[in-house]
Amino acid sequence: MADKRMSADEVAAEVRDGMTIGIGGWGSRRKPMALVRALLRTPVRDLTVVSYGGPDVGLLCAAGKVKRVVFGFVTLDSIPFDPWFGRARETGSIEVTEYDEGMFAAALSAAAQRLPFLPLRAGLGSEVMRVNPGLRTVRSPYADGEELVAVPAQELDVALVHLNRADARGNAQYLGPDPYFDDLFCLAAKKRFVSVEKVVDTAELTGPVQSLLLNRSAVDGVVEAPRGAHFTTAVPDYGRDERFQKHYVACAKDPEAWPGFVDRFLSGDEARYLSEVDRFEAAA
Amino acid sequence: MSATRAEIAVVAVAELFRGDGEIVASPMGYIPSLGAKLARLTFEPDLLLSDGEAYLINADGVVEGWQPFRKMLDTIVPHGRRHVVMGANQIDRFGNQNISAIGDHARPAKQLLGVRGAPGNTANHRTSYWVPRHSRRVFVESVDIVSGVGYDNAAKAGLKYHDVHRVVTNLGVFDFATPDHSMRAVSLHPGVTPEEVTAATSFDIDLSSAVTSREPTDEELRLIREVLDPKGLRDKEVPS
Repeated sequence: MADKRMSADEVAAEVRDGMTIGIGGWGSRRKPMALVRALLRTPVRDLTVVSYGGPDVGLLCAAGKVKRVVFGFVTLDSIPFDPWFGRARETGSIEVTEYDEGMFAAALSAAAQRLPFLPLRAGLGSEVMRVNPGLRTVRSPYADGEELVAVPAQELDVALVHLNRADARGNAQYLGPDPYFDDLFCLAAKKRFVSVEKVVDTAELTGPVQSLLLNRSAVDGVVEAPRGAHFTTAVPDYGRDERFQKHYVACAKDPEAWPGFVDRFLSGDEARYLSEVDRFEAAA
Repeated sequence: MSATRAEIAVVAVAELFRGDGEIVASPMGYIPSLGAKLARLTFEPDLLLSDGEAYLINADGVVEGWQPFRKMLDTIVPHGRRHVVMGANQIDRFGNQNISAIGDHARPAKQLLGVRGAPGNTANHRTSYWVPRHSRRVFVESVDIVSGVGYDNAAKAGLKYHDVHRVVTNLGVFDFATPDHSMRAVSLHPGVTPEEVTAATSFDIDLSSAVTSREPTDEELRLIREVLDPKGLRDKEVPS
């Protein structure tokens, strides 16, 4: 029986310059932030980041690790815009592939199904087709003859996702209401890493069987990372830390304040991060 | 009882859903969500309402369905039994909407959300827009990045399910029921003059057939004030 437990830093060490990494979750919801924070501590660069984007994208942009973002949106949900993503776009320091949300899902689905593309109506008539000049259309071979977008498969080198529970072998469970697209990210990737709030015995993966989103064949490494989605949501274990998120945004908008935020929260290891978060909470 | 501008807007959004029946209403923003709930509590009792997360809920918050983002994109949007009310940073005379970025896409002056679901929504099902501050910055000659598809681009692309219904703003209600599908005023809210709309819009809008937006009934006012928004947050989005 494979025991796939590993540390966040071991996961980060698997990511090489120029790789394409998919990051699960949605906006500022159930993001594998402990794994992202571990990535920030490595010298890796020139990443293509594929994400229904939230602060994962912002933090990687802030650290200069991003060459391209493949996205349908980047938002912090309760705060509309991520300042670091905005700055990276407005200074022209990153490239982007912008998709409609459904096109993004189709790109992951195509990769997961080992198809070159999936046909979709989304995108037709919009300027997604102009800003992604590589996109092609395909005509239905049937009597309707409809022209559709051929959304190309988005293969990933590495997928990083965060769920609530897993066993040491990589069977992983979400306990909140929404699976997001985490299984597709894993199926689209060559290497798949899941962080969880708690690693438990297989027999403790109780609850509706439908909540077992990932089976172990889709997982190469399991990281126990309590509060590993902080400051995004990991319901029902915890909701979004709105106060911390506001602090992140305030510091990200202020070039004077940002180095202090990095020093305090991002320069040490995960234990230091969580203890500083506790101190930040206590000071409220 | 005299209704505030915000309450007129809530009723105008509710009216977007009139006749929709048993479909998923997806209102984005506070006033749109009040409008959808008001429609469900009054003249459209079969509407399905999302809580903005993975649940479909009834007016009392009881869960009646599961609609995670994945299901939304895989089946609910393309299946078409949905009416979304989106925001718009820019909108033009043919109903093209932009929420992606301002300026050149390669290096925008201002990065916004990204196109989100707007291309797919407008390709697949009924879409309306809510603009809390009607201005020339929003109502532009041409949008910088077509996110939601307007009538001219839908025709060129041959979108057979394209259905941009209406735009509700703090000043009035607009549709595209003109021969060339350019924007037309359906109604102006009480106290709003045609000159005010003209001054706040960068392109010509047909104002010739605009009536006055209807006032809420007493029962609608009671629902808005006592049941749906007792804290009066609607006035923050649309001051009187």
